[in-house]
Amino acid sequence: MADKLVGTDYSAPDLRAKITGRARYAEDFRAPGMVFTKLLLSPMPHCRVRNADVSRALALPGVIDVMRASEVPQPEGPSEAVLTDEPKYEGEPILAVTAVDEETAAAAIELIELDLEPLPFVLDPLQSLRPGGPNAYLDGNQFSGQDGWSEFKWTAEDFADIDAGRFPANVTAPVEWSKGDVDAALADADLIIDEAIVHQSATHHPMEPRSTMAYWENGRLHAFVSTQSAQRTKMGMAGALDMDPEQLSFVAEFCGGGFGSKIPGHAHMTLAPLISRKIGRPVMHRVTRYEENYIGRARPGFQSWVRMGFRADGKCTAIDLIIAQDSGPYGAGDFNTAANIADLTYTPGNMRFRGVPMYTNTPPKAAQRGPGGAQINGMLEPLIDKAARELNLDRVAIRLLNAPGPDVGFGPRNGTLTSVFAKEALQKAADMFDWETRRTRSGQRNGSKVTGLGIGLSTYTAGSRGFDGLMVIRPDGKLYVYQGIGNLGTHSISDTARPAAELLGLNWDQVEIVWGDSSRGMPNSSVQAGSQTTHAHTRANYAAAEDALRKIRAIAARTLGGNANAYRVDNGRVMGPGGSMTYAQVAERAIALGGEFDGHVLPEGINAATVPSATMHAGTGLMGVARDNYGGEGSIYSWLAAFTEISLDVETGEVEVIDLVACTDCGTVIHPRSLGAQCFGGSVQGMGLAMSQRWVFDPQYGVPFANRLYTARPPTIKDIPTNYTWDAVHIPDPTSPIGAKGIGEPSVGAGSAMMTTAIADAMGGRCLCRTPLTPDMILAELEGRPLPFGRLDQHVG
Amino acid sequence: MGDVESVGILEKQHSRRTFIKGVIATGATVSSASYLFRGTSLLGAATVQTSTERMLTLNVNGQQRRVDVLPNETLAMTLRYKLNLTGTKLGCDRAECGACTVLIDGVNHYGCSILTHQVRGRAITTIEGLENPDTGELSVVQQAVLEQGGFQCAFCAPGFIMSMTAMVSQNPSVTREEARHALSGNLCRCADYDKILTCAMRAAELARSV
Repeated sequence: MADKLVGTDYSAPDLRAKITGRARYAEDFRAPGMVFTKLLLSPMPHCRVRNADVSRALALPGVIDVMRASEVPQPEGPSEAVLTDEPKYEGEPILAVTAVDEETAAAAIELIELDLEPLPFVLDPLQSLRPGGPNAYLDGNQFSGQDGWSEFKWTAEDFADIDAGRFPANVTAPVEWSKGDVDAALADADLIIDEAIVHQSATHHPMEPRSTMAYWENGRLHAFVSTQSAQRTKMGMAGALDMDPEQLSFVAEFCGGGFGSKIPGHAHMTLAPLISRKIGRPVMHRVTRYEENYIGRARPGFQSWVRMGFRADGKCTAIDLIIAQDSGPYGAGDFNTAANIADLTYTPGNMRFRGVPMYTNTPPKAAQRGPGGAQINGMLEPLIDKAARELNLDRVAIRLLNAPGPDVGFGPRNGTLTSVFAKEALQKAADMFDWETRRTRSGQRNGSKVTGLGIGLSTYTAGSRGFDGLMVIRPDGKLYVYQGIGNLGTHSISDTARPAAELLGLNWDQVEIVWGDSSRGMPNSSVQAGSQTTHAHTRANYAAAEDALRKIRAIAARTLGGNANAYRVDNGRVMGPGGSMTYAQVAERAIALGGEFDGHVLPEGINAATVPSATMHAGTGLMGVARDNYGGEGSIYSWLAAFTEISLDVETGEVEVIDLVACTDCGTVIHPRSLGAQCFGGSVQGMGLAMSQRWVFDPQYGVPFANRLYTARPPTIKDIPTNYTWDAVHIPDPTSPIGAKGIGEPSVGAGSAMMTTAIADAMGGRCLCRTPLTPDMILAELEGRPLPFGRLDQHVG
Repeated sequence: MGDVESVGILEKQHSRRTFIKGVIATGATVSSASYLFRGTSLLGAATVQTSTERMLTLNVNGQQRRVDVLPNETLAMTLRYKLNLTGTKLGCDRAECGACTVLIDGVNHYGCSILTHQVRGRAITTIEGLENPDTGELSVVQQAVLEQGGFQCAFCAPGFIMSMTAMVSQNPSVTREEARHALSGNLCRCADYDKILTCAMRAAELARSV
């Protein structure tokens, strides 16, 4: 029997390169004559470049070029250009200097004389909502493609409510939806929890800054990019450069993290290609950590008001939610997702959502692992505990009561799910944690240390459908799986090939994964985001494997006789009534037969973007190529339930995280060890959001203080839970032949929520309703000290 | 000023303070430019002229490498851009993340925060130098990481592996809690720390059995 591949641990095929230093990330590539680009960043949060005198810079020996905003595409509306003469945030690139080395480029930047006109700016969304408040753009603070710019403000009466700490019941919003009758449900509720909550923005800070190296050769672009996705980034880059994608040789074999900030690549990846095209030399654009803080994207912060109605038995019957989002200068969609996920997690039946995305002059926002979901779960889970405390209910029981079952309909259109085992995950995690025994530890004090127990239940999208798989069995007897998805460290480039290889009866050493280099072929693929790829590409590869299996059997029957369906495969052989053949022989036979067998004839229905890659490999062996036509109704979501015990030192505000116990509903488990690492890593990222990742601006000048790793501090190895155990519910998703769902995203919300709830628990149920919960914030609350800022101020912690 | 040997003494506990002292002693200017790459073809660009010798012989991964080094050049930049040893990563440029960790005489140091002039005559080991040069056999730390499927994006992996290498050579009986402290100078943004510690413990186990 060939190896069991689904559900077993293995080391990914790229790991040896990663641990020997051979793995090359974008900044590791070199080309003869390579020169260096550095950016001049805006020193103001909003200004206009009246003049930039670059003559002294150009005169500096070693300087090759100064590229200005006028030389790059300038999209209309609130859209980002890679260089701009009207910077909308401190740190936005104004121009790029290219020189023989980095230091010369930096010295040249110092010689540029800028004449800047300061413009009004806004950091805090609420400032821009106040009557007469400033706008992020000269033309307003709201934009629609149809009507252009407008100004959106709340009224003085609205702010009278807000400033008095009341729910601003009468505010209007650019995005509104409701279902059921929220007002009636709140009137009927036995308990109403009414809170205002602030969630900070948080820079992504992947370990690898977004560097790019690029050069042109005979009209062909060679680009080395840091990106989460691959095939989609290639298409995006070709589109942004207005070029034929087949003239782009795109290499992104490794990506040093993205977390949503490099989904289809990133805006600034076109800069090196543009400069290289202009000057005719290879260009290295090395991005520093300092620059990454500005151009590297951030999760949008929320200022939020929520009223949740509960029946005496703990059922949530109403959610009235208002979110003002710090969208940065170029927008973000988190607030919409947050509303859907609030509805999905607590199934109130009656819900009203008012979403107010506000442009601000802070660094650009983008999806960050669990975008919207991580914020809202971290914000609302302490309120569920508050309700449990008020109603004298068990904290697990109230969540089991409110978590969705298979009949759930969520969001404004009552969307359905392919499968949902949230309750099962929650119950199993509670059992693993030994909740029934340990719940009594809540609030126990030992010296200055108080025990807090945290619970986080979180969900996020976990799949998509309809992409293509492409694979070839070559005359060497090996299966070559061509992957168009990216490699940002989730192991999905190889995980998604394992069910396909198992179907074909192959041992893992008979499988070669080909990825990260467009010149080697990439089928139409999903972006590497939204936890899509495990679901989407186990399916797409399985479809291609089924196509290959059909062809293998047909060749065996033709060659050996008998019925094709009577042939089975194992250990790289096909065997049946007429005898057996090795895959090497099958591959040679496929080449001899041609037609569909070796990819000279391609099936109808595959995506046009797959055709060039399939054609490239036609004639190299037996080709399996297919679109995922398995179908399925409903959205694909996965879940993580996380429990923790913490020790809060009430004298120092320091928090020790004793354990993390997690259980996931992610369908069939493909790669247990990697799954455990995703649940852990995501949870710890969530802990960072809840506890330490600061986002602080000087309100007078609009410049960030928390702009490096030590100030916007992600968790270190000393911050992590001491003990970690995890499991899954192991129930396959019925709409996929493999049954796997992705898991990257929900862990962040679960990790954040387990900390916000644990801190509140250790503080006797007092909810700070603000993140990050840094020691100074915790101590101020414990000691009843007034905060030196407004309760709803953004960008202060 | 300018006498390289006088600043070539590497303090055991390397710090930003000693880094800055080194910068001053080699006659370089202290500025953010210290973290940038300066090529060898200066084309007459303004630079600080001192008596600091530029052609150095470095002992890197057991080989003697002749290299043209500027006074304010960091070891990470020399390794990456002069010696093409790109396994040493730049994650933050200034002693915040540990991705550039290398060994100097067996002790882990941030390559971004050491001047190349300070390590003359020292044995420098990078991630590329861990395999057995004759057999290609992985080091015990690398073997442990490969077995345990360590790291996700792995941009931090070379730095972590160098810190683990120093750790297990100094204390092969290291406990998981001690390993947390020993590796706390390295940041993993994927937060794959639990698995990293499992790798570290396995590496220590392998080191004990060698």
